[in-house]
Order: sequence, then structure tokens, then C-alpha cells
Amino acid sequence: MGVKTWIEGWPVYRQLTGTDPLGRGAAAQSKKSKELQPRTETADRVAKSVCPYCAVGCGQRIFVKDEKVVQIEGDPDSPVSRGRLCPKGSASLSLVTSERRQKKVLYRRPYGKDWEELDLSTAMEMIADRVLAARDATWEDADPDGKPLNRTRGISSLGGATLDNEENYLIKKLFTAMGAIQIENQARI
Amino acid sequence: MGSNSLYGPIDPAEDAGYDAPPPRMGFFTDTSVCIGCKACEVACKTWNDVPDDGFNLLGHSYDNTGGLTANSWRHVAFIEQPVRGSQPFAGQPTGPSSVPATNVIAARSAAPTGTEPGIPPAVDALAAAATAGIDFVGGATSSGCGASSGGAAPSGPAASSPSSGQFLGMPMSDLPGKSAPAPRSDFRWLMMSNVCKHCTHAGCLDVCPTGALFRTEFGTVVVQDDICNGCGYCISGCPYGVIDRREGDGRAWKCTLCYDRLGDGQTPACAKACPTESIQYGELDELRERAAKRVEQLHEAGVPEAKLYGESPDDGVGGDGAFFLLLDEPEVYGLPPDPHVPTRDLPAMWKKAGLAALTMAATAVVAFAGRRR
Amino acid sequence: MAEAHPVGFQWVIEAKNRGAKVIHVDPRFTRTSALAHTYLPVRAGADIAFLGGVVNYILSNEKDFREYVLAYTNASMLVSEEFQDTEDLDGLFSGYDPETNTYDQSSWQYAGQQDEGQEEEDSHVDRETASGLEQESHGPPIPADVPRDPTLQDPRCVYQVLKRHYARYTPEVVERLCGVPQEKFLEVCEAWTANSGRERTTALVYSVGWTQHSVGVQYIRTGAIIQLLLGNMGRPGGGVMALRGHASIQGSTDIPTLFNLLPGYLPMPHVSQHETFDQWIDAIRHPEQKGFWSNAKSYAVSLLKAYWGDAATEENDYGYGWMPRLTGDHGTYQQVLDMIDGKIKGYFLLGQNPAVGSAHGRAQRLGMANLDWLVVRDLYMIESATFWKNGPEVQTGEIVPEECKTEVFFMPAASHVEKEGTFTQTQRMLQWREKAVEPLGEATSELWFFYHLGKIIRERLAGSTRTRDQALLNLTWDYGEDEPDGEAVLKEINGYDLTTGKLLSSFTEMKPDGTTSGGCWIYTGVFKDGVNQANRRKPGSEQNYVAPEWGWAWPANRRTLYNRASADPEGKPWSERKKYVWWDAEKGEWTGDDVPDFEKTKPPSYRPPEGASGVEAISGDDAFIMQGDGKGWLYAPSGLIDGPMPTHYEPAESMVRNPLYGQQANPTRKVYQRSDNLTNPSPPERHSEVFPYVFSTSRLTEHHTAGGMSRQLAYLSELQPEMFVEVSPELAAERGLEHMGWAHIVTARAAIEAKVMVTDRLTPLRIEGRVVHQLWMPYHWGSEGLITGDSANDLIGITLDPNVLIQESKVGTCDIQPGLRPTGRELLKYVQDYRDRAGLAADHHTPIMTVGEENADDGQQ
Repeated sequence: MGVKTWIEGWPVYRQLTGTDPLGRGAAAQSKKSKELQPRTETADRVAKSVCPYCAVGCGQRIFVKDEKVVQIEGDPDSPVSRGRLCPKGSASLSLVTSERRQKKVLYRRPYGKDWEELDLSTAMEMIADRVLAARDATWEDADPDGKPLNRTRGISSLGGATLDNEENYLIKKLFTAMGAIQIENQARI
Repeated sequence: MGSNSLYGPIDPAEDAGYDAPPPRMGFFTDTSVCIGCKACEVACKTWNDVPDDGFNLLGHSYDNTGGLTANSWRHVAFIEQPVRGSQPFAGQPTGPSSVPATNVIAARSAAPTGTEPGIPPAVDALAAAATAGIDFVGGATSSGCGASSGGAAPSGPAASSPSSGQFLGMPMSDLPGKSAPAPRSDFRWLMMSNVCKHCTHAGCLDVCPTGALFRTEFGTVVVQDDICNGCGYCISGCPYGVIDRREGDGRAWKCTLCYDRLGDGQTPACAKACPTESIQYGELDELRERAAKRVEQLHEAGVPEAKLYGESPDDGVGGDGAFFLLLDEPEVYGLPPDPHVPTRDLPAMWKKAGLAALTMAATAVVAFAGRRR
Repeated sequence: MAEAHPVGFQWVIEAKNRGAKVIHVDPRFTRTSALAHTYLPVRAGADIAFLGGVVNYILSNEKDFREYVLAYTNASMLVSEEFQDTEDLDGLFSGYDPETNTYDQSSWQYAGQQDEGQEEEDSHVDRETASGLEQESHGPPIPADVPRDPTLQDPRCVYQVLKRHYARYTPEVVERLCGVPQEKFLEVCEAWTANSGRERTTALVYSVGWTQHSVGVQYIRTGAIIQLLLGNMGRPGGGVMALRGHASIQGSTDIPTLFNLLPGYLPMPHVSQHETFDQWIDAIRHPEQKGFWSNAKSYAVSLLKAYWGDAATEENDYGYGWMPRLTGDHGTYQQVLDMIDGKIKGYFLLGQNPAVGSAHGRAQRLGMANLDWLVVRDLYMIESATFWKNGPEVQTGEIVPEECKTEVFFMPAASHVEKEGTFTQTQRMLQWREKAVEPLGEATSELWFFYHLGKIIRERLAGSTRTRDQALLNLTWDYGEDEPDGEAVLKEINGYDLTTGKLLSSFTEMKPDGTTSGGCWIYTGVFKDGVNQANRRKPGSEQNYVAPEWGWAWPANRRTLYNRASADPEGKPWSERKKYVWWDAEKGEWTGDDVPDFEKTKPPSYRPPEGASGVEAISGDDAFIMQGDGKGWLYAPSGLIDGPMPTHYEPAESMVRNPLYGQQANPTRKVYQRSDNLTNPSPPERHSEVFPYVFSTSRLTEHHTAGGMSRQLAYLSELQPEMFVEVSPELAAERGLEHMGWAHIVTARAAIEAKVMVTDRLTPLRIEGRVVHQLWMPYHWGSEGLITGDSANDLIGITLDPNVLIQESKVGTCDIQPGLRPTGRELLKYVQDYRDRAGLAADHHTPIMTVGEENADDGQQ
């Protein structure tokens, strides 16, 4: 930093030499203030999305920088929401970036008093084991009159209504093929 | 005072030394369409990374952040209010109206807001109580019970000792629901999103000794966190009680009108989120025109109480950069009825006592010099 | 609406600023009331009395939009001579069987069609399988040709039947039942009728609290009757708008994860009703019926082709034999009770938190504590994953961690920005979400989880020759290596022409011969022209106000259903002001601002030939094309379990004897009479005074349902940090409740504590000459998160609407007392004491049919 720059960086110098002798405006502006840029502007990319809370379906823009979500705002193009968001929608950034989010698979063994960590692929195998065992143990081929049932009532599922259509489609498809009929959703509630 | 005035109508950006600044930008908050959703509070905090204000049920209607603080730069006030002069709701069972007393009780249940010196939560409640004809004695400090009370026995704030505050005057002198029956009247629920006013003559800015507070080219007032040393002079300089210091941080914080977004031509976060356009952002001149029309429209629609607050360049702060359309007196919303910038009397003082003024100027120079510690 | 759908409310504000009058009816004064011109407090659970009063006002003053009513509704159709009304039978319709608590519906039919009516057994099956839900996309079966009286004078015509049914719902009765002053009620009636007709329309908006009643479907029916009578259906600015509560709750009914439905509202096969493929198909399409539902075989076969691909052939009925069969009620509440009884081994919770969000939280948690294993997939740690260590039953000693066998897998889930896919919002519009970033840590999407679970299971079973495994092994299940391609799944849902491999552009292209596939027929067209139509984002400002190029709405991108009704029978707009869709005689086609909900080139003058059925039978003025008779139904001759016309019944829990009928509550409601699901007594039972207050629950703007997505966030938690209960000053005085002090609320199920909010926003009502106090609670709290508190849903028992098996959770009776509730074992004793005083022994059975029953309490006096 040269002396001239240093001097010019001094507010009193700016104040005495500029148009702001009371030092309340341009002269008082700090370097940080001068260089401010909104993080929506410096984002690497913007994904078009939809708010996950209620069923109004407000458009959201997801700003991503260095593979992290840095801001979520309403999408002004949306004819539904015109760029606006409610307090929940406005809290979407915390929803997806909060430190409180669970990042690990956890396991509570029978009669256990606390969580243990579990590897994702191990968990998947264990769940598949249990699904198949429950299905075999409770399989019903036919009713007492011999009419086909092809089903298990040993497995239940209850889904939230923040699941995508594509997800619901695969869930219903797999469970139906498996013979599991007790598949329910928030839509019942 | 030459071109740098401390009072009266001016263009603050030009006054602060900007050559051909962009139009002055501001907020027009139309409380007649506010639904109290608090999206403004959340959007503001999300954008500006403002800490939460603590988890305290204040009991003042749906307001649980209490007021504008270093940690709440937008604040939605809720006022539950009987409509004065209205007829009781026909056919309805009658009973006392609880609201003013409720509000005052709420004021007493104030919990720490995590800010320093802290703005008493529910100041609006006090104002509401005052306009409803209730004297409130004992201040708005926490009575130490209420929110934190536990145990099987009820020990709400109302059970607290008279020394922590009591209600004098009528109509309410007792708990909600415990007074003699009075006709229940019709009812309204006012909501208002409050914010820093970005005054034309900003008391906080005029008294800031470090240059942390500055006037932007948009005519707004911003604290620069890289400069503020937490001296706190600005707090007493603000006629609205807006600016506040953050506990543990010490520096002063308030609404920046999203200075970073403005520079990029974007709308401030609160106004962008506001679902019903209660918060409108734009060129101040244009907003003033729009607001005048809105008042006219409401008057025609049978809302004669609609009035503007803070829009007049002739008021005690030279007009607010963020002004409001209210449906009741300002006090009801916790706003001062006739705010004045503390530096209003400076020019007169100069004439009368030059020495005093010189001393003050010297102080300012010393303060600037001190900034580069 | 301002409370739970604030951004949607911008349109109400906009309408208000343009001069619309806004009326809000709600048990408590909310943020919506604050912005309304008129607010009416109403007793929770009395909505049919209120709306029935409006129907009565319309009919007795002949304020209906007569041309519309004659042309587009079934007003002129004649009802069977055998039909008897609730007015004749003290609250029951003809055909009631007190043994099964269901109706033989044959007498409800149109004249000459009695044989078409549902018999009791079918009616029972329909209740058990919530068949009412199938009618989301189409009307129930009804023959096309029905005798009519266009003069509307015949005493058996629907118009007259309706008029008699509601004749007693006078303003005076509305005041007595609902607590709404007559003059306020008449203000609503006058505003509603004055603002409907050729030049104007009125919108009716409800939030889905309406569905959470033992007569929920009939609430909505009453609203629909009014909107039909006033000519507000299918027209701009009109309609009945359901404000659904979750991002894709509409989608999760369209492509259901519901026990009784397959995608596109096709019924899950029932063991006796749908034993064969043909029975299943005919049960859906009703061969003799009018309308698009006649093509049901094309939709059904296309679904089976999507599921089983080449393995689905004509010879094997396209795999129908692999489908599992229902035998009754397998709904979520039946499941929970079965869990308590040890019948269920494993449970998946996918972004759902029943420990807080479902009725009867204690039953939910005790059920989970009796599983072999539980998989919880969520963003945050929720109560349903920690019931074994943090639930209220751990404090009461009912769940002991060391003795609780349930194995729990918690799997972090990907957030909405970490996966791509479509949500279907409340107006049936699909919107595509782009993926912004990779999931956090080990988080995975449900798409990933189920795809890989399916892959592992199929690998395990590979080579199996067991019959039961063939459905899995033959399933088309190839969605790539790691994360399935969301668009590939959406394309499968859209469907293909299997002969050319091209994506279908409309469900009308579906074939019944196995040459097309499609996972959800009503969504066909979402990939029209090979373009992801749900991902269209032409700015709203660059299109007309209907914005057809933003997202995609089912069916066929129609934004307003039945919009043929926006034109008069001749096809001309009812008025210039309200023009929307009309017949362009020069071009010989329907046109307008929206996609016409009618065959594009069928003229208004078209009349079907003798003996026509299906689409051909739809007349040029049959605006309600999915209904079996092409008409909007003022009277529902079939399709509803609990009656052809909405009737005021008291909620399952009420302190008031039904002032209109001997029948107290819905006589067909679904009940589970068990010691762990006792119902607070209501007249004519004794002891209703033990639970003397009405309570209702709902949401706060600042929180989301069971709190998993809001109580974990500081910015939302600080805005509503604690569980509270709102009471009027009068109730506060009566019970000694103090503002911001503690109170506890008690029902036969539970006692919970909350901070007291004394507010004028709640008001006592005068019902049948007595003062009725209502209190209100938000239901967001539980034991996990930044802010914790007792759950309001713990108070609620399980009693369901018979049509859709949704619980009555918006109204119940309770007591409220100052102070905290007891803790530990004392809490159980405390609640037991209430049950004892209320005469609720473990084997207590709540009487269902109460016609002719004296009020036991009155008898005592």
C-alpha cells in the first residue's frame, strides 16, 4: 500500500478534500462497503426449484457457490408466487444448510439405549434382509375361500407429502410388486 | 450551515457529498395489507446472516421477537384491539375485553433478547395499553417470572407482586376476564412490519464519532461493521429506538436496506419476500406518490383512519426513507408520535454559543483520528 | 389462508384491492380474519348447518342461477319414490342398517334406477377401502338416461328434494347451532348470492381442516352444492378451492402412496369386488356409462405395462394376477392399532412424523414401540425416530428403552434442492425442480433409496421360482447405476407408444391392447412432444393470466376444471366480463384463455345418438364430462357412504345434543371401539360435562405441521417458540387461567400442557341457549428440536370420515385446568380419573345410532 493510497484511505483526508466535509457519506465509506457484492451475484449457478413447505408451490431460485447453497429466494417469474416467499419459504436456506441436519446413518439396536453409527450400504443390506424376512413370515397366498391375496401385511409405510411424484411412483411400484399393501401417506391425514 | 444541513428538507445523498447520486431509495410499508406472516423478519435474517433473538414466548399476541434490536432488523408488531365506538357483536355473549391488560402483562413478561442495551420487548404493547387508557407503572423490565415459571401451581406474571408493576386506571384493573363484565365490542388485529427509518437527518449518523455510520449514495443509512467500535452513541441518537448493540459482539447493528443488494439493482430481501406487497421498495419520490394514492383509496373505501407516518420532509427528521401507512395513532404501533433528530437544535446552538459548537467539532475530529487506532 | 398459505393470500389482497369483498368464517379470529371485510366466529363442527343455511337461503329465495342450474346440474332429475330423507327419519336416510352402520343405497337412486344402487355389503367394503377417494378424478357410476322435470316442480326432482332437505336450516337455526348472529349470517348469504351470476362469480376457499371431520367429505359437498346453485363452478373467479397443506400432497394422491389406490385413482384390487381382471376393469369403467372413464381399460392396461413391461401380456391379463388384494381397511390408523396388537413387523417413515403429526400420538408411539424394525428417513432427528428414548411414554414408564425391542434405522434424507423431481401443487400443477447440489453427507433421496432397496431385493430373489416372487422379478426396474434419472421416471409415468417408442402426448392415445404404457394416465402429456412440460418456466409476466406455459396441470394442462361451464349451453360466454372458454362457430372449435375441458370440435348442439355410451354419449352441453351423467351433482345418488345430501351431524365428540335430529353424529363414521381409543361421551350419553369445552387445532404461519421442518430452524423457532393454547377472557375467568401462565388440556386419551394465551380472538358462542367455550391450539410441538413442547394431537382419538378414512382432528371436547399437568405415572392416573368420571370403562362402546334415544343427562334432571 503506497503512502498516497494510505492517505486517501483515511476518512479525514477524504472528508477534508472531498464533497463531504461532515464525513457522513462518500468520505466515510469503508473499503468493505465499497466492495460489497451480493452473493446472489457471485454465485456459480442458479437452480430453478419449488418451495418444499405448503402446496401453493412458490417458485424458488437456489444460488450455488462452490457446490454449496448460499441463498434461496423467490422466483419472480413464477405466476403463482411472483417472487414472494412466506417465513417458512424464506427459511429454506437454513432448512437445507443447517448444522442440525442429520448427515449420518444411525442405528438403534433392539433394547439399545443410544444411537450407533452405521455404514449406508450395511444399512441397506440389513433393511433388505428385514423386508424379505417380514414378507415371508407374514405372506398370505389366498383367503379362506381360496381367492388370491398375494400379499403381506407385515410391512407398513407412511410417507410425507414432500415426496416427489417420481418417488411416490417408485415407492408404490416396488411395494405393490412386493405384495405390501399398507402403504400410506400424509394425504390420508 | 451552508450545504450541509442538519435539519429540514434536503437530499441526503447530495448533502453527504455524492455527485449526481442515484434517486433516493426507500421503503413504503403499507400496514393495511400486512398479514403478519413475518416473512420480512426471516428473509432479512437469512440474507444478512443476523442471529436469532432467543426463543421466548412473550405473550404479546403473536410477537415473539419483541421489537427492533441488533438481532431483529425487521419486526412485526401485533396489536389486538377493540374497535372503539363499535357496537357489541349482536347476539354474542358479553364479557370484558382483555386486550389492553393482556398487552401490558405481556410487556412485563419480557425476556432477554440477547442484545445490549436491549430494547424492551413489547414496547408496542405499552403503547397500545396507553392508548387504551391504561396507565402502566413499573416499567417494562422483566418481572422475573412468567415465561420461566414452572411447577404445578400456576404462577403466571399476573401473580407477581404489585411492586413489579400494577395497573392503574380504568377500564381494566385486573386480569383478563376477571373484571366486571363489559360489552364485548368488535375487534381488529393490526400488524405492522417496523424497520429503521433511514431518516433524512439521521441522529445515529450525525452523532457517530467513528464514521462507522455513513450515508449511502441511495440516501440510506448504513453501519459499517468493519469500522464500528461499539461506542453506543448512536443508540441515544436515534429518535425511534432502532439501532442497538449486539451482546457479545458489542457493535451496533440495524437495517442496511440491503446496501449490497441495492448496489446490484436488487430489491431488499424483506420487500422481495413480502407476500402481500405490504413492504414496497422503490424510489422515495415515487413511493410517496403511491402512498398518497393508497391513502386516498382507503379513505374512499371507508377506512378514514388510514394515515401516513414519516413521509413528510417537514417532520422532525426531515422525512423518513422508510415510511408507513398506519391505521391508528403511531403510539399504538410503538412509534413515537413526533420524532425529532437530536441534532435539530445544533444550528441554533451555533449561533448562540459558537464555543460550544467548536468544542463539538473538535471532539468530532479527535474521534476520527482515534479511529485509526 | 393468510395463516397457512401466505403467498397464495396475495391474490386475495389483490382481489380486495380491486373491490372484492372478503368474508372469513372460522372458530377463531386469525390473520385471515384480520384482513377480511367480515369475520364470523362459528362453532367448530357445525359447518354443514352454516352452509346448509346458505343453501336454504338460495332455494327459498330462488336466488339460484337458474339457467346454469337447469343446464349443468342434476336439479331436474327425478329421485326414486323409495327415497326417504333425514327429515323423515330423524337424521337417517332410507336404507340404514344399525348392525353394520351402513346404508343400502338403492333407494337413493334416480327414479327407475333403484337396481343400480349399492347394496349394504358393497357400501361396507367401500367404507373400508375409502373408495370416496377414487372420485378425485371422476364421478361415481351412474346411468346416463334419467327422467327429468325441467320445470323443477315435481316433488321428486332433485331441486325440490334439496329444498325440503334444507328447509329447516333457517337463519334462526344457524344462529342456534353455529352461534352466528342471524344478521351476520344473512350478510354472508346476501353477499354470496349478489356476487354470483352471469356477470360475477364468487370463490369458496377452504383449507384441508375441512377434511379432518367425521363428516369431512360432506362439508365439501355442501360447498360444492352452493357453488353449483350459484353457477360458480368451471368459471373464472369461482370454484371450490382446496388449499392443500404440503408441497406435493396433491401429487401423493394422484400418484398415491395410499393403500386403496393405484396411480390415476384406479382402485387397488379388492379380493371379492375385483377377483378377476375383467371385474376390476368393469368396476372402474361401468360399460354403460357416459364420459371418459369408459376408457378405463386403456388406463389400467397401460399402468400394468409400465409396471411389468414385456412380462405383461394379454394372456396373463397384463400381470393383474400379481397384484396384491385388499380385504378391508388397511389405512394408516388401522395399521397403528395393528402395530399395538403386534401384527406388523416393519414400518417405513418417509419424511413423515406420526408421533406428532397423526391423531392419537400415544397410540402412534406405542405402536412403533411394538415393531420389529422401523426405518425413519428424514432431514432432521424427529420424534418418530426417538420415541424409545425421548417420547412422553418414556416419562410415564409405558416405554422402557431397555425393554423396547424395536430396531430403528435413521437414514438422512436429501432435501428438495438435492434432488430433481416434480411436486404437484394445490391447483393440480406439476412443477419440476432442478437439482442444485449433491445431498449432504450420507443423505439420499427416496428415489435412490427405493431404487436400490428394490435392486438388492431383486438380486436376493434372482432365480426364485416361487409364485410370490414373480411380480418382483418381472418388474421393470432399471433406472441407471447410482441416482435414478428423475426424468426417466417421469417419462415412464407419462407413458409410451410401445410400437414406436414415442412418448404419449395425451391419455386419449392410450390403448387397451398392451401397445401403450403409462404409469399414471392423468399425468400423460407431462412429457408431450418429448419436452418436460413441468419444467416450463415462461415468466408469468409474458403470458396471459392463466399462465398455461408455466409448469403443467393435469389433465391435459387444464387450469380450471369443467370450464365448459364458463360458457352458456349454446357455447357463448355467460358475460363478456367473465368469458373464459367458448365455442368458436366459425372455426368449429372450443377456444379461450384455458385449454377447453371438452372435446375440441364437439359443438354445443351435439346430442348423442340413442344407446350411446362413453365419450360419444357426452352431450354438447354436458359440462361435467367426468360425471356419469355429465352433470354437476346437487344430489349424489351414489358414491358417498353417508348420504346423498350433506346433513348436520354433531362431531363425534360434542357437548350438545344434535338440535336437528335424533341421530347425533354421522351414523356411518368409521370407529375403532377399543380400550386404547375411547371417545369422550356426547349426548345422549351421560357425562359429557366432564369434557365441557370444544377444542380445535391448526397451524401457525411460522411452523410446518409436525415441526420437523420448522422447530429445527432458529429463524422460525424464535417466531413461535412455545406451545400455547388460546382461550377467551371469559373462559380464562371461568377456569382461572392466567395469561402466560400454564394450563393443561385433558381428553380421554391424554393430558397435555401449554402456555395460556388469553385473547379476544376467541369468543364464547351461544349454542342452544347455553354458552359454549372454544379453545384453540397449534399442533406443531413435540420432544425434539430447538423448541419442544407437548403435542396437541395426543389429545385426539381415532374416528374417521367413512368416505376417505381421514380422522376427525379438527374438533373434539376437552377440559382445561390451570397449572402444569402431572408427570410420570401420575399423569396416567390423572387421565384415568377423567375417564372414570366420564363413565368410560375399558370396554365402553360409544352408541352409533341414536335415533329415538333420550338424552340421558336430561333424564337425570
